Amino acid sequence: MIANSFIFGANFKAIMYIVAFSLFIYGLSGLTGPKTAVRGNRIAAVGMVIAVITTVLVNPINNVGLIVVGLLIGAIVGVPAARRVKMTAMPQMVALFNGVGGGAVALVSWAEFRDSAGFHFTPTYIVIFSVFSALVGSVSFWGSNIAFGKLQELISGKPISLGKLQLPIQAIVGLIALACATAIVAEPQDEIVMIGLLVSAGVFGVLLVLPIGGADMPVVISLLNAFTGLAAAAAGIALENQAMIVAGMIVGASGTILTQQMAIAMNRTITSVIVGGFGGGGEVVAAGATGAGGGTVRSTSAADVAIQMAFARLVVVVPGYGMAVSQAQHAVREMAKALEAKGVEVQYAIHPVAGRMPGHMNVLLAEADVPYEQLKEMDDANSDFPRTDVAIVIGANDVTNPDARNDPNSPIYGMPILNVDDSASVIVLKRSMSSGYAGIDNPLFVNPKTQMLFGDAKASVANITSELHEL
Amino acid sequence: MTPLAVYISISGVSPLVTNLAILVLAGFVGYAVISKVPNTLHTPLMSGTNAIHGIVVLGGLVLLATGADLDTGSKIILFVALVFGAINVVGGFVVTDRMLEMFKPKKDKPKDDGDAKGGDA
Repeated sequence: MIANSFIFGANFKAIMYIVAFSLFIYGLSGLTGPKTAVRGNRIAAVGMVIAVITTVLVNPINNVGLIVVGLLIGAIVGVPAARRVKMTAMPQMVALFNGVGGGAVALVSWAEFRDSAGFHFTPTYIVIFSVFSALVGSVSFWGSNIAFGKLQELISGKPISLGKLQLPIQAIVGLIALACATAIVAEPQDEIVMIGLLVSAGVFGVLLVLPIGGADMPVVISLLNAFTGLAAAAAGIALENQAMIVAGMIVGASGTILTQQMAIAMNRTITSVIVGGFGGGGEVVAAGATGAGGGTVRSTSAADVAIQMAFARLVVVVPGYGMAVSQAQHAVREMAKALEAKGVEVQYAIHPVAGRMPGHMNVLLAEADVPYEQLKEMDDANSDFPRTDVAIVIGANDVTNPDARNDPNSPIYGMPILNVDDSASVIVLKRSMSSGYAGIDNPLFVNPKTQMLFGDAKASVANITSELHEL
Repeated sequence: MTPLAVYISISGVSPLVTNLAILVLAGFVGYAVISKVPNTLHTPLMSGTNAIHGIVVLGGLVLLATGADLDTGSKIILFVALVFGAINVVGGFVVTDRMLEMFKPKKDKPKDDGDAKGGDA
């Protein structure tokens, strides 16, 4: 019968899945360079299309209407959201997409539970993997939604913590989730236990992300991304679906490494990020450090900055989250063009955790057509600062804080920073004298080499550019 | 059972072990691929891997397609899962594509080699 023909058989499915995940791997390896990256992503997308079509072909088709409508709604919601989102809002977009992925895994596990009346007659290993995917998927869904809320400023970006109760409450919620999971694995349970598992895991996810401050968001998003990947891989084992196993695990592994690399760039452990360090309960730290900033701050004008830069040989732009907030990337590019027209060399020094996402600044600058070669990673940039005439810091703070080198008592001591104070002169564009996300003072601002230009970053940069044109 | 499963069971290895082997190998592949990505491309990378875990859409698909006698509750749950998964996949790839287009060498650069169809902006 039809079911035995090759096109509808298990071997066909297995082979097509091999094709699909080969395309994922090949596509992802294309992301190692800017020239092959677009193609790589599209190749991975082709793999995804193959996996979906194969899945539809090999299975008996029930619920056709639901499937078609579901996929359509997904596309109708997903495509415009992805096309319209501003580059500055990219971190929350990724958080949101990650969240729905985690939610899907958890829901699939819930449906499996219902469909088998609480995993009746299901091999134990399948139950274990399915329950694991429900747990992690739910944590990822709720955690990502909180991360989205914080980045979108629906919820305060500042750490929200239950104080001393935080840890005990979180531990209790976590234990409830684990207890539900164990009960389900041990023997078939009423549905309420599964719902209890999903809810307690969700509360755990919320409690996990709420106390984490804005500066640590890149690490958290990357971690939640890895979580969803692992949950997808576990769901793949439960469903004996090799495409899900491979794709999920690749994301799980790569996400874990990315998270670790980022944590290293901030000189922190993943644990300390999660427990909530300086991005966390900042009050004490901030109070202690404000007194230290006793020096005088020199403020300057756009015209003066323009003159200094026009006569420089090398100007290095140091962008931070402030540039994203005021959407100044295009203005910055205009300023760079004006400088280049006067024969000044312009480079951009990018700290690995500047912004709210790894590579956040690169995306924004690329949007503004800044040539890829002008973007310097931290080590290269630091070796160039001693020959830099003017370093212009646009909305960056903690990643330039010399305390990270000099003050063992500083909460960010040991974090590798951009040594902008090595350059001949430093100009800092800033809205006001408030401290950065980490809530600590920055002695760079009172350095005799430093001049401050207060105001909205975009307006300030535009002013500098028009002064440059008049020179 | 299916021919593939029969073959596996002749070798005395259960599907679980085979799948665990796939899982472990995929972990190493993920590690190897990602170690080579420069910091600059970390956002698109995260966004790209984010799209790939949208593979979970298959979970909803399989259960809906094979579930001849699902009750309404399960149908609703799986429908939502399918929508979520589809948003994850489609949105993830489109947004990554948009980001990566920006990193491509632009038209106004004379040394644009070969792959010159990009940069429609």
